[in-house]
Amino acid sequence: MLNKLTIMACAALSMSATVIAETITIATVNNGDMITMKELSGDFEKKNPDIELKWVTLEENILRQRVTTDVATKGGQYDVMTIGTYEVPIWAKQGWLQELDNLGASYDMDDLLPAIKDGLSVNKNLFAAPFYGESSMVMYRTDLIKKAGLDMPKAPSWDFILKAAEAMTDKNAGIYGICLRGKAGWGENIALITAMSNSFGARWFDENWKPQFDTKEWHDTLQYYVNIMNKYGPPGSSANGFNENLALFQTGKCGMWIDATVAGAFVTNEKDSEVADKVGFALAPDNGLGKRGNWLWAWTLAIPSSSKKSDAAMKFISWATSKEYSALVASKKGWAKVPPGTRASLYNNSEYMKAAPFAQITLDSIQSADPVNPTVKPVPYVGVQFVAIPEFQGIGTAVGQQFAAALTGQMTVKQSLQSSQRLVERAMRKARYPK
Amino acid sequence: MATTNSRSLARLMLIPSVSLLLIWMLVPLCMTLYFSFLDYNLLSPGTEEFIGFLNYEFFLTDPAFFASFFNTLLLVGGVLIITLGGGIGLAILLDQAIWGRNYVRIMVLAPFFVMPTVSALVWKNMLMNPVNGLFAHFANWIGVAPVDFFAQIPLLSIIIIVSWQWLPFAALILLTAIQSLDREQLEAADLDGAGPISKFVYIVLPHLSRAITAVILIETIFLLSIFAEILVTTSGGPGYESTNITYLIYTQSLLQFDVGGGSAGGIVAVIIANIVAIFLMRLIGKNLEG
Repeated sequence: MLNKLTIMACAALSMSATVIAETITIATVNNGDMITMKELSGDFEKKNPDIELKWVTLEENILRQRVTTDVATKGGQYDVMTIGTYEVPIWAKQGWLQELDNLGASYDMDDLLPAIKDGLSVNKNLFAAPFYGESSMVMYRTDLIKKAGLDMPKAPSWDFILKAAEAMTDKNAGIYGICLRGKAGWGENIALITAMSNSFGARWFDENWKPQFDTKEWHDTLQYYVNIMNKYGPPGSSANGFNENLALFQTGKCGMWIDATVAGAFVTNEKDSEVADKVGFALAPDNGLGKRGNWLWAWTLAIPSSSKKSDAAMKFISWATSKEYSALVASKKGWAKVPPGTRASLYNNSEYMKAAPFAQITLDSIQSADPVNPTVKPVPYVGVQFVAIPEFQGIGTAVGQQFAAALTGQMTVKQSLQSSQRLVERAMRKARYPK
Repeated sequence: MATTNSRSLARLMLIPSVSLLLIWMLVPLCMTLYFSFLDYNLLSPGTEEFIGFLNYEFFLTDPAFFASFFNTLLLVGGVLIITLGGGIGLAILLDQAIWGRNYVRIMVLAPFFVMPTVSALVWKNMLMNPVNGLFAHFANWIGVAPVDFFAQIPLLSIIIIVSWQWLPFAALILLTAIQSLDREQLEAADLDGAGPISKFVYIVLPHLSRAITAVILIETIFLLSIFAEILVTTSGGPGYESTNITYLIYTQSLLQFDVGGGSAGGIVAVIIANIVAIFLMRLIGKNLEG
């Protein structure tokens, strides 16, 4: 009897020793794909009983503030951080991120799309793993464009978009020809307008870091944007970001919507979208200058250098961005819900291509975006819809406010550009550019 | 009765808490003052250096500073006018002997207990939204174009939201003041044939003056630092239309991570708040004396 008890006690002790798990804290953004990751993370915990996951899910802007202050002050609150392509190269150069050099033998690094992988590497070393990648495209209502007597080309021009927006608008029926981001912010209206400006031949800075808002190209871009939005956009558009426009499109209020390619899965999902079977896709518009108005972005997982649990964090990142994770999502939620835009193998998968009518456009758009030469003229910075310098978060949002004021009519296009030029010049002078 | 010994003992016992409070206030203030003279950006570590008054120069010559300064004054003034005017009206109404008065009072007070972020979200999405909001539906129903509140009248919209929250506070303070009014005075005025307006102007209003002063002082302190309502609804825009000083400092410190610039802004805000406080105390604070 005593023996039995001793054995049992020993067994219990040894078990409790293995159960003492390491807890890693993951900060992530409240986007649909991340919520799915959180839901499915039981699979990871089952495979790694020695690692426990603690989630901090936040809205994008708040997340950015939290993780930036945490990493800059070496707070060490998080072991895995969700950050974007904007932050990765800047933070990696500051020494704030750990290199992802141990993602496991089966990870298949070469499968990652080069456009995305390059944006997350410094000196060929990977500092963040892409969770999902995106570009931007035109989403349109096939029934409305047919009714308007038009045919959407695969690669439309901005002139065609204007014509189509006019033809599709029926304000009495509550249908607006075009929905675009109007909410001020570097990740909101600035992302759209900067990508758009590239196709108009505009750029944020010349080679000497002089702001370029006083040029004709910027005037043309903003004038076009304000004009099309005021004539054919929905009311209250200066408050609309990605989520607001998604809701408008899903409820049949938009003829066209130019935004992130990840939206493809949401607008064609019959459960959420009233227009799921009437959506067509096209490449982002151009102006015949050789650059399209599409951007390049990826939400990625990275480990701050302050984390002391990098092995466990690395295991988690490897799981969340692997092919096996894609297969897991496909088995539980269906192929269309798989995080897109990061792996070539996904686009070679016939099941995915069949389930996701937006897949080919997504791939083409991602591959055509060039962060090093984003616009017609040369630039001293990297980034398609942003400028990869630390100051951009501040000036991007401030300029976004000036553009929003032009959209709502508090300023003319000219005044808004003058004001943007002044404020960016001031900020660059204070930050002592060129560095 | 306090003896010399017990008084010194009291002083001795107060020292820890007083010094703790002092440190609590002084340390952040001194650090802010120190940072305000540095070129200190969280995103460019290791480059901190002393730059004198450059942060102040940039902050005070920023076009956003003038806009936000006037917006701050408009915001405080606008909310004060609405809450005082509405508060006096409500207080008089709530003072009447109506059926279910206690329930009405609780309902009128309710907005004060709602968190600013929650109330701003409700106003933004359910009431003032130009497509799905209640006001837009009402406008459509009576056949006029809906107002796009946060685009067309951003500052006024924020004033309305903040007033809605602070109105119950003003009403409550003023109601208690009205209730302390000697009823015999009003009866005497009635006998002398005074109308309701003269009774209000010559009896009620002078009686309320101290309560009004208290409302103005307390509200001003809080209204100078309105933040959540702006962050949730307009983010200070469009342009600088609804940026106040607090929001401007937030953009410097947490959007640009410019600790130096944000600290300079913070010190400027402290100075402005003190000027306003001194001005208020001089102008109306004497009501509280005696």
